[in-house]
Amino acid sequence: MDVQNIYYDGRIKIPYTWYVGETGSRFLIALRDNKEIWGNQCPQCKKVFVPPMKTCGECFVPTGEWLKLADTGTVESFTVVHYENGVAKRPLPVIYGLIKIDGASGSLLHFIGDVKPEKVKIGMRVKAVFAEKRGGTILDISHFAPVKG
Amino acid sequence: MERAGIVGVGQTVYERRKEDTFAELVFEASTKALADAGVGIEAIDNIITVSNDFWDGRTISSMAIQDAAGSWDRDISTVEGDGIFGALYGMMRTLSGSFDTTLVVAHVKGSEGNMNMITNSMFDPIYQRHLGPDATSTAALQARVYMEKTGATEKDFAKVSVKNHGNGVKNPFAQIKKKITIKDVMESRKIADPLKLYDCSPISDGAAAIILSTEKGLKRFKKDPVWILGVGHCSDSYNLGYRDLAWPRALDAAAQKAYKMAGIKNPLKDLDVVELYDAYSYMELLWYEGLGLAPRGKGAELIRSGATGMKGELPVNPSGGVLSAHPVLVAGLARLIEATLQVRGEAGTRQIKGAKKALAHGINGPCGQAHGVFVIGA
Ligand SMILES: [Zn+2]
Repeated sequence: MDVQNIYYDGRIKIPYTWYVGETGSRFLIALRDNKEIWGNQCPQCKKVFVPPMKTCGECFVPTGEWLKLADTGTVESFTVVHYENGVAKRPLPVIYGLIKIDGASGSLLHFIGDVKPEKVKIGMRVKAVFAEKRGGTILDISHFAPVKG
Repeated sequence: MERAGIVGVGQTVYERRKEDTFAELVFEASTKALADAGVGIEAIDNIITVSNDFWDGRTISSMAIQDAAGSWDRDISTVEGDGIFGALYGMMRTLSGSFDTTLVVAHVKGSEGNMNMITNSMFDPIYQRHLGPDATSTAALQARVYMEKTGATEKDFAKVSVKNHGNGVKNPFAQIKKKITIKDVMESRKIADPLKLYDCSPISDGAAAIILSTEKGLKRFKKDPVWILGVGHCSDSYNLGYRDLAWPRALDAAAQKAYKMAGIKNPLKDLDVVELYDAYSYMELLWYEGLGLAPRGKGAELIRSGATGMKGELPVNPSGGVLSAHPVLVAGLARLIEATLQVRGEAGTRQIKGAKKALAHGINGPCGQAHGVFVIGA
């Protein structure tokens, strides 16, 4: 018997209110109120985490000292994205970078902007551009732009 | 020590939009595996399902398909992750002393959700998710780091794509059966630089199942088992920015564990066939290194040499790999099934002659955070 296929459209949209933790709150408040990037350090391996971590995964101990870092860094990797994915609210193409903030031990995922896609290179020096309106989220950094000069 | 063997395998054809429900897919794969093993569901002591709530669009997605997996009056448990980890859990249960036989079944319908939004949801909701990264854009970041650190080129990635898509032509279960050229790959649409359309695996639907047995359980089955000779699994850092994206140390650890157990000294020589998780073309080169098939930083040289082609020293992905069908969660189990078929000599026109020892590999998490490795043999 031939049966017509029926499809059911759904969309799951559930609100959440995620506590970012004391460590995360401190990091986001510094972005929001002072346009500053802070990291913290593992007392054992001395790694500096940005965003900060409550514990060091490798040493399995609580992190210790907070450090104010520069708002500059180096591009460790990047990609130029040519498709809309419904999440990144930016005009195409979107450039993502893994940016090693000066003084950090690893890199931070963020947007790269104010630059032509073909000009982006690994090793490029970039500086955080802060959003005009800041609300205590990672988007308080609007993007990273090439350091001038 | 008690051993576990694979006594039955079954899988659906992988397609973009299958006209089957989740339960129908699970039933098809499970009953095919039972038929392959020459038994009915009464031969099965316990069941492992593999599913993910985000992909299915419902919570406790495992519960919705348990009847279709034959769990009536049977013990059932679930893995949320790649099917290779379902096989691992199944093996542990088989060897636990509580059960002699285990059915492991994985399903997904990638076409019914939204791959980009679902994979975006694997990232940290506070620091990363709003930025919009997904499986493809982060894979592109990894591909770029790999090129920078090893000198591999987009053309090397294209070679993987050409090889695996070409192999897929002979696999009746593959979704994309396409003879393509380096030029086709290089000129395909830009997705996330340096990845182009043919560097990326497709969106797929399907299900796969295997049946595992102890030696004691073997008398229930018709076929000779393919033995699990070695197994290893390991996971790396969740945060991409704090992981060496050009060196899969978790795969290295997993592979070495499996090799030690299986008595493999030189994997390139000792293995006859490898099925690995090439969700994106460049991954195959990276996994060559993690699996110890190529020295660190030299994955590109192995593809260039032709050693991993169908007529090479160690054919990799005769099935066409994940590039030819990417049912997420199912894909690792599909690798293990292809490895089993190869060892049995049942791989049809894509059979590697005389294959006795095979390796199957699966991954989980962004950019291959976790790895599972099986070495199997007759
Ligand atoms: Zn530490």
